[in-house]
Amino acid sequence: MICSAVEPAQIDASCRLPLVVLFLSAAVWLLIGSAFALIASLKFHAPGFLADCAWLTYGRVRPAGLNCMLYGFCLPAGLGVALWLLARLGRTRLALPGLITVGALCWNLGVAAGVWGILAGAGTGFENLEMPSYAAWLMLLGYLMSVVWGALTFHQRRERQLFVSQWFLFAALFWFPWIYSTADLLLLTVRVRGMAQAVIAWWYSENLLVVWLGLVGLGAVFYFLPKLTGRDLHSRYLALLAFWMLILFGSWGGVPESAPVPAWMPVSSAIARGLGFILIVAVVLNVHGTLEGKCSRLFAHPSLRFIGFGVVAFILGGLASAASAFPEVSQITQFTWFTVAKGVLNCYGFFAMVMFGAVYYIVPRVMGTEFPSPKLACAHFWTTAAGIVLFVVPLAAGGIAQGLRLQHASLPFNDVTHGTLPFLRTSTTGDLLIALGNLMFLGNLTGLVIRFYRARAVSAWAAATVEIEPAEARP
Amino acid sequence: MNYGPLVFLAAFFALASSWCGFVLTPQLQIGHLQQTNTVGGAGVAYPIARPGLARQGLDVYRANGCAYCHSQQVGQTGSVLDIALMDAGTNQAAIIAALFKLAESATNQPSALTMLTPLQPGASNATTESILAGLPKAFFRSTTREAANAAAKTLNSTSAKAQLWVVPVGPDLTRGWGRRRTVAEDYLYDAPVMPGSQRVGPDLANVGTRLPDANWHLAHLYAPRIEAKASTMPPYRFLFEKRKLGRRPSPDALSLPGDFSPGAGYEIVPKPAAKALAAYLISLRADAPLFDAPISVPAPAGAPASTNAPAVAGATSTNAPPTNPPAK
Repeated sequence: MICSAVEPAQIDASCRLPLVVLFLSAAVWLLIGSAFALIASLKFHAPGFLADCAWLTYGRVRPAGLNCMLYGFCLPAGLGVALWLLARLGRTRLALPGLITVGALCWNLGVAAGVWGILAGAGTGFENLEMPSYAAWLMLLGYLMSVVWGALTFHQRRERQLFVSQWFLFAALFWFPWIYSTADLLLLTVRVRGMAQAVIAWWYSENLLVVWLGLVGLGAVFYFLPKLTGRDLHSRYLALLAFWMLILFGSWGGVPESAPVPAWMPVSSAIARGLGFILIVAVVLNVHGTLEGKCSRLFAHPSLRFIGFGVVAFILGGLASAASAFPEVSQITQFTWFTVAKGVLNCYGFFAMVMFGAVYYIVPRVMGTEFPSPKLACAHFWTTAAGIVLFVVPLAAGGIAQGLRLQHASLPFNDVTHGTLPFLRTSTTGDLLIALGNLMFLGNLTGLVIRFYRARAVSAWAAATVEIEPAEARP
Repeated sequence: MNYGPLVFLAAFFALASSWCGFVLTPQLQIGHLQQTNTVGGAGVAYPIARPGLARQGLDVYRANGCAYCHSQQVGQTGSVLDIALMDAGTNQAAIIAALFKLAESATNQPSALTMLTPLQPGASNATTESILAGLPKAFFRSTTREAANAAAKTLNSTSAKAQLWVVPVGPDLTRGWGRRRTVAEDYLYDAPVMPGSQRVGPDLANVGTRLPDANWHLAHLYAPRIEAKASTMPPYRFLFEKRKLGRRPSPDALSLPGDFSPGAGYEIVPKPAAKALAAYLISLRADAPLFDAPISVPAPAGAPASTNAPAVAGATSTNAPPTNPPAK
């Protein structure tokens, strides 16, 4: 049922300005974030490295890096991809792109203020919610300004039949403001008492890192995988199952096993994480069915490599999360680097990689220009993939070793810490490669944007300075 | 699902359920916790709000992200019952006989009863005195209440007085990180609450019991390797001021060993932030016996030696043995 669909080129053109702002700022924050992560990682080689500067102490640089990654890159990139997909799948122009751009700028202003605040010592002390409240409210305002028009775009869709990606993306649009305003209100503005703070912070983190990133990431996967392989999505019902599992159980998994709270909270979180296994199975079956079991299809398009990597990372991260439902496992992995490895696998291995793939597909269409160097995109993939593997594998292995040693009280704690150092130092190589990959991504994107605007400027200059024929000038 | 409103309702329902579960209910259940009384013995109010300087220290702890390396939550795998002799009574021969009888059953059935103090039958008078020296003392450990009750009954049937001590156990407690698991009450007056998720450094929930000397903390913050040789903690020199020595040295100046001293004519003085942080750290103690985290073993005389222990013990810490010997 299509009523007067809009040409894809027109849709793409309507998305141009907001998407350029969102993707470029995301790439810049990603690079800044990886630089912070690298500084934090180097402190495990020499604890005194940059330690005398309060702004660059480990406890500030590390959250600053994580926040750049999460709020600087993940959310704007995800929002850009979601807006484009909602417009494309609804076969309608993006509503009010100008206001979306203003919202994106407001968001970026908030992120800058927040990162500044963390480095200056105004971090809030809640993990994944470190940005001080002035930054948080600015960001929420920016997000709402962008997302209202995203919802309007969805409402105005010409193609009434909903594709599975639209469920994921539409749910993600308003998932974030709800959790973020709750956390801002109850943790930063009118603070609740005692351990209730920690529970709300865990609830927020899980909703952001698992549900929001999952919704946008899977929404993009379910669009691009069939699109780029030229096949139909294997099963709409499996996708529906994945959607329900993600929103029902993903949002309950936050409270860690050891938490000093009434026992029903960690227990229900563990059950929810265990049930997350169904989500993994649904995604695996759907992806496997779509590819008909031929992984070689993933090399058909440069973007598919990124997305394929993201799906594998999603599955591995999900399995690790489901395994942590068992107290025997979480007893060992809690408080160790394994949780960090799992977080990076989800945030970077899955979400960022899917976003890279999506950006490599979307941006040339939106700008009407190809990337200046396809080889750089290929190099970006291999560098980043190697970086993620070199970061996650040593940290996961080191974390398990650390956890097993922590269980043996007769081992001095210093030995436990020193046992993790070789792993941590290896992971610095991963940090370095990831930073390099991020630089390539930014270079690629900037190159394309410059190319586009230069071409525009040249044609505008040519149009302005075109010589008037004397014959035309005469009456 | 072909309708936008349906998708909206689905997401709304899912998010509302988890919102009620992990925002509303925790607020109703633990957001309104009040100060409570400790159980057993004195029954004093707990927790007590931290003193003013320690509250400022919490802000320093937050601002510098200490929680990224240090957790403040102690776990416990379970509790055991120690059978302790409080008073030997008048009939020493009978109590020694009863102890040996229990020791024999402990050797035969190690699953029910474990010996904490080695007892050899056929003891002379001299060993009898050494066995009964230093009461109250825990002799046996049991994992079941029945076995513990039976053992206590055997001892009480003489004129002696035996008691059961509830002793929480687990690797964290064996490390000396606390005497019991931490519970929601311990964090009642903290804002923000920073339970931490990483143990790059040792757990700090009870660091104030373990290392009660503020000067130790100041020296450790200035240069961690003064106090713990192989520490991986970064130094926090920006919390200190290097000053030219005046006519008299400042009373606050740190006394630093040779390698770390600032050089002749200079002294290192903690800034207010460092003092506040040290005050916060020594205020960290979550070891009061509570209804939901019972513990009846008496508190140790001083701080037990543990991980990251002071290289030079402070004046306040004694050589008391660790309270919680490893669980069998």
